[in-house]
Amino acid sequence: MLKTTPFHPRIAALCKSHAWRRWAGYVVASSYELSHEREYHAIRVAAALFDISPLYKYVVRGKDAARLLDRVVTRDVTRASIGQVLYTPWCDGLGKVLDDGTVARLGENTFRMTSADPGLRWLEQNALGLDVAIEDVSDSTAALALQGPYARAILQQVADCDLAGLKYFRLMAARLRGVPVTISRTGYTGDLGYEIWLDSAHALELWDALIDAGAGYGITPAGMLALDLARIEAGLMLIDVDYVSARKALIESQKSSPFELGLGWTVDLKKERFVGRSALAEEAQHEPQWRFVGLEVDWHSLEGLYAELGLAPQLPGAAWRMSVPAYAGGEQAGYATSGGWSPLLKQYIALAHLQSRWAAIGTQVEIELTVEHRRKRAAARVVPRPFFDPGRKRG
Amino acid sequence: MSPRYDAIVIGGGHNGLVCAAYLARAGKRVLVLERRERVGGAAVSEEVFPGFRFSVFSYVVSLLRPEIIRELELPRHGLHILPLESTLTPLANGDSLTQWNDHDQNRRELARHSLRDAEAYEEYGRRMHQMARAVKPLLAMTPPDPASLHPRDLLGMARLGGHLRGLGSARFHELCKLMTMSSADYLDQWFECEPLKATKSASGIIGTLAGPRSPGTAFVLLHHYMGELDGVFRAWGFAKGGNGSVSEAIAAAARSWGAEIRTNATVARVRVEGGRADGVVLEDGEEIDARRVVSNADPRRTFLEMVGEKHLPAEFVAAIRRYRFRGSSGKVNLALGELPRFTCLPQGGAHLRGAISISPSVEYLERAYDEAKYGEFSSRPYLDMVIPSLLDPSMAPPGRHVMSIFVQYAPYRLNGGWTDARREAFGDAVVNTLAEYAPNVKSAILHRQVITPADIERTLGLSEGNIFQGELSLQQMFFLRPAAAVSRYRTPIQDLFQCGAGTHPGGGVMGASGRNAARAILGEGA
Repeated sequence: MLKTTPFHPRIAALCKSHAWRRWAGYVVASSYELSHEREYHAIRVAAALFDISPLYKYVVRGKDAARLLDRVVTRDVTRASIGQVLYTPWCDGLGKVLDDGTVARLGENTFRMTSADPGLRWLEQNALGLDVAIEDVSDSTAALALQGPYARAILQQVADCDLAGLKYFRLMAARLRGVPVTISRTGYTGDLGYEIWLDSAHALELWDALIDAGAGYGITPAGMLALDLARIEAGLMLIDVDYVSARKALIESQKSSPFELGLGWTVDLKKERFVGRSALAEEAQHEPQWRFVGLEVDWHSLEGLYAELGLAPQLPGAAWRMSVPAYAGGEQAGYATSGGWSPLLKQYIALAHLQSRWAAIGTQVEIELTVEHRRKRAAARVVPRPFFDPGRKRG
Repeated sequence: MSPRYDAIVIGGGHNGLVCAAYLARAGKRVLVLERRERVGGAAVSEEVFPGFRFSVFSYVVSLLRPEIIRELELPRHGLHILPLESTLTPLANGDSLTQWNDHDQNRRELARHSLRDAEAYEEYGRRMHQMARAVKPLLAMTPPDPASLHPRDLLGMARLGGHLRGLGSARFHELCKLMTMSSADYLDQWFECEPLKATKSASGIIGTLAGPRSPGTAFVLLHHYMGELDGVFRAWGFAKGGNGSVSEAIAAAARSWGAEIRTNATVARVRVEGGRADGVVLEDGEEIDARRVVSNADPRRTFLEMVGEKHLPAEFVAAIRRYRFRGSSGKVNLALGELPRFTCLPQGGAHLRGAISISPSVEYLERAYDEAKYGEFSSRPYLDMVIPSLLDPSMAPPGRHVMSIFVQYAPYRLNGGWTDARREAFGDAVVNTLAEYAPNVKSAILHRQVITPADIERTLGLSEGNIFQGELSLQQMFFLRPAAAVSRYRTPIQDLFQCGAGTHPGGGVMGASGRNAARAILGEGA
């Protein structure tokens, strides 16, 4: 049976579309309304409220908590200050990515880690001989993401503290209309936004408080379809869609290193010891084989493919998640894994893995497009990720 | 000594800015001169009442070309267009008709009024889509002159002819009907539901002193289907922050490529030496040299005021004098303490987030026109309303709202002329009409701004207050816009160009005239 999240009673009442999907064994809304369109726009213009409770969450406590996490992830956890949040991947012994998520330093010896896949066993295996306690709080901790230009104004209505000082990738403890929470300035939309972590018991109370406080600011409960478009615009990857966890890969070529996923910046080789270090140190000597890039499909090329058949261009209304070949120089240069039409940018965009020699910004490639049952190729250009990066995200 | 600027653009309306941005992007040194204290022309956002921001004049983004959005990187400069979800037509009997974007929802609602119309709607949509596809290439085209023997025009006509032949006879005939019929007659062929026909036909009369039964109004029905062709479903929408943000994004793009924009700079005349334009003279006497001058002002102001008849052929002057403006619409902007409660659907909800149209029947619209025809504003006018604050919190304080009401008819040539008292009487007619459908609106009004065609002319310099820089009627479209022989963004004066809505393809916050003009200028090896 699928589980429901602590917010489900409210969400079920609002989910007019009856469009549900699974996330980590939970049932979550794909969209609330018949189309996800308004939910998507709310992310960029007002504020969208997402239930992100299905994330896996672990609290790591003890004298060696920092040491354990520093040993597991690629970034330097020991230097994280209290209240700092790190986005980071973690790897297997051969330097291939297992998962990506966040590590938040709640106190000197207390951390919360979030992951897309279950990670308790991996943490425990790496904790041998360390003085730590690892607790799986996935079910007992509920979480909401409030994302969009008015996220701060709404939260400030109900918060007992000043949010103006809360910087990007920092967190603080607070009470929201009396409900104890931690608020992190994080998110998966590439916009101004916050994630709110709380005891599941207070979930509905907090939901109601936010909906009430946000009414004048256009707060909009939003589902996964809207989130998917926003995260592609933000150039953010998704496990099982854009990469395969080394834990699940059946063959070697399915695995990726952080360098191949554009996460080289998270690999801190100054650290003496962490899982996968020697393989990553070796790989850092060379150009990675693959790069993870943004692609912008050329509109005239796309329009031309349809015009040949007397059709107007047909564009996907929602983001797609599948492997789509990309070509350059007469060979298959790589493949796109997520894409869609950005209503904001008026661009057809995709996230793609390209062999490094084709991955420089500005390189012209082609992407496969099925037009009236036939496989065609549309011109595309390698562009920087993120596609959309408003100043308010960090400002 | 070579002049400091490659081009001066007179007027910082959205087309002028688009033109300037493209010229600057191509490496040209460009100066935009705007008479008002802000850029945007009719596409401006102003805080008319403390805390309430209005798209004072134009209020929706209709067909802003997606290639302009991409090529000028407007989203990076703050542009975000929010789709209009629906159109609500409240009726006097307490019922209503809402057209929805969602197919099933729309069909079910229509079927409540007419099962036949619900079915016909699909076929109508398909047909209009095909027709819009047939017409679309014309929008991006510099119109060829059929009377010219210039190879460029012959080639253009050949291309146009080939395109029209490619449509097949059935579609070509349909296109001829659309070009000549009235919107009411055309829609009568398809539908029986009055509010549906009336609401659809209203798009054919906007900005024009014509009624839904006037021939030639059917053509504009196509406009609603144009956007879909660009894959930009929901091409009609609000700009986040109001329509001023469209202008500001384009201005920011232009500046990013080095264009200079001066506000509070009124051009008195275009300097013409030996048959060519070589600069402008400002009202305060300042003269600025440029290799060419591009006017975003309408044809009458450009030629009859800024250039002057003495520099122009007499026939051309006559043609520009005949070019019709006849402003026919006004605007009422309301700051509201609470949302309007429509008798038909008293609860809040999705129906308020789209357009709201007071167009219960074709007869209602035609009667509204009858009054205007004889020099009065409509006592029960056609209203096209939106409440942008429901989607964009930046428009009003939390819990408060702004309502933008486009009103037709308000004839420029009002019997006795427009006075302050007449303006307020016009505002009262609008509010009274609205209150017949949403009675709470009178007590909800915190502030009211009423704009007549005379105000539009005075504030923006648009002749006779016409929002499209001249009526979008067939005799002044395509190669006849604004006049035969000057339809290619050029003018009888060498190095003087036009880039405003008074050129093909015309009005709406579309930007096509500005982009086409820039292409014509750059194509010259400028």
